[in-house]
Formats: sequence, C-alpha cells, structure tokens
Amino acid sequence: MPNIKELTDLTTQVRRDIIRMVHKVNSGHPGGSLGCAEFFVSLYQELMERKDGFDMDGIGEDLFFLSNGHISPVYYSVLARSGYFPVEELNTFRLINTRLQGHPTTHEGLPGIRIASGSLGQGMSVALGAAQAKKLNNDDHLVYSLHGDGELQEGQNWEAIMYASAKKVDNLISTIDLNQQQIDGSTDDVLPMGSLRAKFEAFGWTVIDIEKGNDLESIIKGMKEAKSLTGKGKPVCVLLHTVMGNGIDFMMHTHAWHGKAPNDEQLNEGLSQNPETLGDY
Amino acid sequence: MGIIMKTYTYTEKKDTRSGFGAGLAELGRTNPNVVALCADLIGSLKMDEFIKENPERFFQIGIAEANMIGIAAGLTIGGKIPFTGTFANFSTGRVYDQIRQSVAYSGKNVKICASHAGLTLGEDGATHQILEDIGLMKMLPGMVVINPCDYNQTKAATIAIADYDGPVYLRFGRPSVPIFTPADQKFEIGKAIKFTEGTDVTIVATGHLVWEALEASKALHEAGISAEVINIHTIKPLDDKAILESVAKTGCIVTAEEHNHLGGLGESVARVLAQHRPTPQEFVATNDTFGESGTPAQLMDKYGLNSDAIQNAVKKVMKRK
Repeated sequence: MPNIKELTDLTTQVRRDIIRMVHKVNSGHPGGSLGCAEFFVSLYQELMERKDGFDMDGIGEDLFFLSNGHISPVYYSVLARSGYFPVEELNTFRLINTRLQGHPTTHEGLPGIRIASGSLGQGMSVALGAAQAKKLNNDDHLVYSLHGDGELQEGQNWEAIMYASAKKVDNLISTIDLNQQQIDGSTDDVLPMGSLRAKFEAFGWTVIDIEKGNDLESIIKGMKEAKSLTGKGKPVCVLLHTVMGNGIDFMMHTHAWHGKAPNDEQLNEGLSQNPETLGDY
Repeated sequence: MGIIMKTYTYTEKKDTRSGFGAGLAELGRTNPNVVALCADLIGSLKMDEFIKENPERFFQIGIAEANMIGIAAGLTIGGKIPFTGTFANFSTGRVYDQIRQSVAYSGKNVKICASHAGLTLGEDGATHQILEDIGLMKMLPGMVVINPCDYNQTKAATIAIADYDGPVYLRFGRPSVPIFTPADQKFEIGKAIKFTEGTDVTIVATGHLVWEALEASKALHEAGISAEVINIHTIKPLDDKAILESVAKTGCIVTAEEHNHLGGLGESVARVLAQHRPTPQEFVATNDTFGESGTPAQLMDKYGLNSDAIQNAVKKVMKRK
C-alpha cells in the first residue's frame, strides 16, 4: 500500500519547487505543472519500475516520455526528488548554461530525459518507437507518456493513435492531461475536441477515466487498472481529469497561469498554501 | 606536354535507390540492430529484400511521415538503428520539425534515407521534385548529409552509416545512372574522392552530376583544358582540405549538384573559399526555381545540370582567374 502521507508531503514540496522555479526566472509554465504534480509523484514513486541510475536505452525498466514539454518544472522537480540529479540544481532552471532548459532536452545530458520535447505533438510517436523497441528486445516493461489535451490538436498525434492500435502496441499507457485549458482559453473556446473517449475508442484504444486526477489515491488506483489492461492487444489511454494550477487557489480553474510566473506577493501566497515539507532546494 | 588523363567508363546503368536497397539488405544480414521503416513506398525505395529477410525488423508506418520520424527516434531508445525510407520531399520538408526536435536536437541515431531527390524523378513534377533538401538538412546542427554518385557508392554509403553513431541524411534518386565506382569500395564519411588530376580548373560535384563532371572533363581535355574532378559525396561534414588543396593548384572552381544554388553544395564550398582562399566559382545548380514534368534527360538539359552546362561554367570561371 502506498504511504499517502509521504506522497502528499512530496506533492506539496513539488508545488513549492514549481512556483519557486518559475518565480526566480520570471518565466515558465506553472499552471499545467501544478495540475500534474500528483500524477508525476504517483508515476515516479509508485507506478514505474525503475532501475538505479540512468542510461539512455532503459532496457529492463519502465520508460516515461513527456510530450507537452512546457510543463518541465514538475518534471524536473520530480526527477530531482526521485534521485536523478541533485535537488539544488533546480536553482538553475532556465538560467544560462543550465541542464534544466526551458523545455526538456537530452542535449545537455540531464539524467532522466530521453527525448527533447516542447514543439507539441511528437511525444506519442517517440513513445511508440520505444515501446516497439521493447518488444524487439523481449523487454516486458511498459512505456508511459503524457500529453496535454490541447496538444491533441496537433495532427501527428492522430497518426500515432491510429498506428498504435493497428500495430497492437499494447505495452504503452498514454495519459491525456484533461484540464480543458490552453493558452488562448478553454479547449472548448479555442477548438472543441468533442469526446476524447469516443475518439480514442474509435481508433481502437482501451480508454479509462481518472475523474479525480489531482487525488493521489485515485491516480494510483486508476493507473494500476491501466497497467492491468496492458498486454491485451490494445494500447491504453488514460483520460486524467485535472485542474490546471491545482493546489494554489488563485491559479486554479483558469488558463491565465499557463505560461505566467507569479510575482513576489503571489509567490508568498502560493507558498503559504503549501507549507514546506521535505525542505526547499 | 599534355597530361595523361584518367578516363572512366561504364558497362551498366542502375538507379542509386537500388544501391540503397542492396546496402540495407546486407545490413539486415550483418547488423541485428538495424531496423527499417517505410511510409508506404517499399517498392520505390527498394526495401523488399530487407523486409523479406527480416520481417520482424520492418515497420510499415503508412502514409504518416511525421509519425515515422518520431517512431524512428523512439526505436533508438533501446539500441536500434532505424533507417527511414520515403521520397526526399517527404523525408525533409514535410517533417522538418520532427527531425529537428526528435532526431537532431535529441541526438538520435536515425538514418533518414531519401529517394527521388531532385528533378530527375521526372514526370511527377514539382510537387515531388525537392531541390531544397540538402540545404534544409545541412542547417540542422549535428546532421551528416550524404549524396552518393552511383549504385556502388550508394550501397557502400548505406552500409557505412550504420557504423556511425548519430543522425544522417542519405540522398539518392530514381533514374538509372552509370556505375563507375568500384563495387568493393570502402566508404569514408566526409572524405572527398579525386577522380581526375588537373591543373586548370577544379570541378566539385555531388550525386549523379559526378558522372556529368567526368564527361565534361573528357571534352574539356580535348579542348586543351585540364580539369580536376572531385567527388564530394559528403556535403556535411565537408572535406575542406581536399577543396582548398585543389584550388591552390587550379585557381578556380565549378560546383555541380542537382539542387538549388541556394543552400546546396556550392554554397558550402563558397563559405570555405571565402574564409580561407577567395577563388572564382561558378555554380551548376538550379536557379531558385521549382521543377516541372518531363523526362530526366529533358529536365537536366532545360535546367542546365549536365556535361554541357559544366563545360560552359568551366569556360566562364577560367576567364575570371
């Protein structure tokens, strides 16, 4: 059984990391990062089978690909706090000569990152390739990927979604961060996508919903169910219903904090809502 | 005293894409990590033999080139060496951002293999005749760009790039062109090949224009002009040394390629010369234009990409010495 108290403390600390990182450089993407904090903590602490250390090929362990690379703050925080690199390095986010570039990259050799992302819509194809390499290597570990809901407006996703079921890539769990927000407004305002469940099902995927996508227990339970559905001839899609900006009240339920940093006052307000648990970097 | 000129002949013509197919088939037998991907053009890319012998290592992607590039990038994670196959147009311009982020910036060991490059795919016309692909690909940091000259060189290049760890763009074509390089050659990435020694002019050519350059050098020899023909099969990294050594002797240069003069081999050569030894240069290339339907020979003639065009460029550049 997961220790929810420990995971909750970690999530709170990750939220602090996120807003401190973007505040320091007055840039970055706090909204989507906060909305996925519980998911990342669950994935790296409870769900993925991970080897010690890091190598690019990742044979014999589960892999994760972040397609919506702009939520790098949550990715970096959880990677650091899962032991991939020193947490102090979070201090260098977006600064010159950093390994923690604005969007994740392999280019600077940051452990934990296996592909660059930022230009949207490419991650599912990469995850498919990695999943098929696992099959060729007789490696029965899983590949996880995360995508924004707005990101699904990029056409390459639908090439990948069609391919995944046609080729029975059933060692892949692709999660959609269903926060219904994008830069210019709600997804319904910008480009309504209808029922994503119906779309993925029509493309031959097994789909599950995690309605409480910011609740650790619900995420762990839902993702374990997703895991149980792998290896059955179909790729698995998880629709993760999240709230952008979750955990900081004035950032929630709006697209306003997609790519905006808090000022000093807002930072302090956000931090006071998330008291220090494991220690700031 | 006339220089004895080395001459080249051929007994057979073959398409360079078949050289790719033969090289890929050999890799299938010798390198278990090599995998192949295709976007619904198996026959055009001559990938049949590899697929027949290694069905589990072949991925039919369908008409979805962006997905193909991403899947190829993903396959490298796990130690595979993916070779993607489609037309040059769909291998580059159509998927530029996918190559830029998921392959080049991510440093992935993907071999982007592109057939039907340039005008000589012929009757299909300008939608398929990309003349900008060398420029697009050479601008990507870390991307190796190779454009072999005949069947044997294409086969050797295909085999060689599997041993190089990093992204490569391999460009070849549809028309049958003379086979004049040895079947047993060793292909060295980035190493120019001097086909003839000369003293009056350097002709640097890539792709099947190397044969046209050799034809031109024969005619020029009869007219009393001694041309040094150099095959640049690797446009990036460019063999600066071979070019500079040759122009130190000849004092002028003609570059020849089936590509736009903007962004092609000629511009790469011009950069080297401008930095190290400013030298008169003429460009045999297309002049910032799209192509059109026609037979390969008609198109090469109309767009000035043959032996006659090279000879004219030589005469022009020699007057500028």
